[in-house]
Amino acid sequence: MSANDFLSGGFAPAPESADHFEIKKSYDLFIGGKWVKTAKRFETTNPATGEVLSEVGLAGKKEVNQAVKAARRAYDGVWSKMSGAERGKYLFRIARLLQERAREFAVVETMDGGKPIRESRDVDVPLAAAHFFYHAGWADKLAYAFPGCEVAPIGVVGQVIPWNFPLLMAAWKIAPALACGNTVVLKPAETTPLTALKLAELFEDAGLPAGVVNIITGAGETGQALVEHPDVDKVAFTGSTAVGKTIRRAVAGTGKRFTLELGGKAANIVFEDAPINEAVEGIVNGIFFNQGHVCCAGSRLFVQESVADKVIKKLQKRMELLVVGNPLDKNTDIGAINSAEQLARIKALVKIGQEEGACMWQPSGGVPRKGNWFKPTLFTECAQSQRIVQEEIFGPVLAIQTFRTPQEAIAKANNTQYGLSGGVWTDKGSKIFKVTTALKAGVVWANTFNKFDPTSPFGGYKESGIGREGGLHGLSAYCQLIH
Amino acid sequence: MSNLSIPKTYKLFIGGKFPRTESGRILEIRGAKGAFLANASRASRKDFRNAVVVSRKAAGAWAKSTAYLKGQILYRIAEVLAGRSSQFEAELTAQGSSNAEADVAGAIALLVHYAGWSDKYQALFSSVNPVASPHFNFSVPEPTGVVSTVAPADGSLTGLVSVMAPVLVGGNSQVILTSGKILSAISFAEVLATSDVPAGVVNILTGMRDELVPEFAKHMDVNALLLCSDDDAEKKAVELEAAENLKRVSLQADKALSPSPYHILDFQEIKTTWHPVGV
Repeated sequence: MSANDFLSGGFAPAPESADHFEIKKSYDLFIGGKWVKTAKRFETTNPATGEVLSEVGLAGKKEVNQAVKAARRAYDGVWSKMSGAERGKYLFRIARLLQERAREFAVVETMDGGKPIRESRDVDVPLAAAHFFYHAGWADKLAYAFPGCEVAPIGVVGQVIPWNFPLLMAAWKIAPALACGNTVVLKPAETTPLTALKLAELFEDAGLPAGVVNIITGAGETGQALVEHPDVDKVAFTGSTAVGKTIRRAVAGTGKRFTLELGGKAANIVFEDAPINEAVEGIVNGIFFNQGHVCCAGSRLFVQESVADKVIKKLQKRMELLVVGNPLDKNTDIGAINSAEQLARIKALVKIGQEEGACMWQPSGGVPRKGNWFKPTLFTECAQSQRIVQEEIFGPVLAIQTFRTPQEAIAKANNTQYGLSGGVWTDKGSKIFKVTTALKAGVVWANTFNKFDPTSPFGGYKESGIGREGGLHGLSAYCQLIH
Repeated sequence: MSNLSIPKTYKLFIGGKFPRTESGRILEIRGAKGAFLANASRASRKDFRNAVVVSRKAAGAWAKSTAYLKGQILYRIAEVLAGRSSQFEAELTAQGSSNAEADVAGAIALLVHYAGWSDKYQALFSSVNPVASPHFNFSVPEPTGVVSTVAPADGSLTGLVSVMAPVLVGGNSQVILTSGKILSAISFAEVLATSDVPAGVVNILTGMRDELVPEFAKHMDVNALLLCSDDDAEKKAVELEAAENLKRVSLQADKALSPSPYHILDFQEIKTTWHPVGV
């Protein structure tokens, strides 16, 4: 395929090269420090081109059991006995190795998942390394984290992560678990297994003791077997609210600990006294970052009536400039939709939005012929009851509503089952605090959006999840607090 | 002149009022030697739903009231209870308690303890997060909302207060189910009603656990549940029901909770706020 197959927004193509590293033809499971072959295998493809990138092992119950056993052995034999300072040194090593191979990880992430290279290069990979770096430092300082408590590890942790931030989610889950003295079995999503498997290569290079982290690939059934395994002490899941509830039921009565990071339908609220140009950038970043495959995406926009026309016009003008196309091109703003399945879901909900009477608008540019694509899309004339306003679309689709008073904006923003994130745009400080306090959401961005940091706790209210990850508060998800 | 006593009618405590159960059912309460003490109300599922409605209405203002005020009110509950301790001791003893004096003293001590936490747990559980970008970023606890509270089955006053106080001081509203020595729970509601606890912030139902616990766990407008139980089947059932709206569930042994700010934290959500730094 030539680079010309893609549109590049009038810019000369600037594709990142993929010739400086290897994606192997096939990957096995990483269990107990060894690469374990499986009879069943499945392919992972590049969603931008449809080409097969590699073939990976499909872990069944037998392999899940093997992985949990390896994690238990490593926990009992090595990891729970090691001093925090030594555990921390391994995490520091991993952080460094990831920084060194950052370019390779960014390219693989983009090829396997479809996200723009600019994002994998500037957000996913550096943040993943930062998560290891941050948590490395906690490993020997846990006694200071929880005043009045004794702190102990939990044991074997089963982690199931999604396809929208494959490497970042792996780091986000593995780093705190190891820092707190637990061992891990991690299952990446079936459409994006490659960076987690490459991470296993780093663990080998770092000399991490066998079994401390095990990576098993597969789909929903593999994840279910892991969650239900009786020797797993804690389950950590990031994904949809529906699956999150199933997992919540699966751990009921088992005494297993759990954290759930689930769906969202964030309200991004723009007041008339907001810095409008910055707000428009924030709206774009809020919903079109990572093709809108973001649980905390600002998918509902609330604009104060007096500035609604102005904001929407500027937004449309800005959207005309967004480059949809080759994810490996450094000019690309919106990459490929992660899978044909997800594309079908986005299309179905957009169709429902039109049928329910909302008014759709898309920029004039086209999309590449091959691969999974969806143009950045906005809906105006939306009503609170419409499905595009209530349901998580997980794509580049924005539902816009207007409001007159702050009270109305807050009431509408909170009228959802979700409560993961929210945004507020105004130059008035007291209004910021009024609204951020009133929003029932775990992360609130004021005059910014979609910012992440390992020191900053992340997680939702209501049906957006239970527990926090990252920061001081995220540590408690991986510790037993004895008080 | 006749000296016939005037027995109290024990009802429910919902929205700051003392209504009878809408179901018209009673729980006959007899003392240690089988003597008739009272007909308490046997709360229904409908009573619970009514209590959740008033609890939701009361939640916002209580969450917003100052930490200082919450502390004052918890201390006030301790004061009013202390002033009536002999009445509680007699009532608990009549219901079969052998250590009523210690029980009442324990309840008062817990109230004083948690009153003092009202303006301190936030500092303990907050953080300013040194993010690697030009943003000011901080995380603070906020009340979870409406809580279903199932008190220890022994019905001790200490047990009741040990579950109520951390939920209350954390700025939540709650509906409490008591069983066991339920007459004292309703008398305790009189203490709450005269201690400036806003109406609806604490609601107390007396009734059957089997009948009401599933409803406490399943209600879609309840954000969290605290269950004191040693019954594995009951705990599992509650977790399954709570999954439907992902209630936060705190499962505790069926006895009074020892005082800890971490019981307050169980009914808090951590909110993280970002703002750019610049001119």
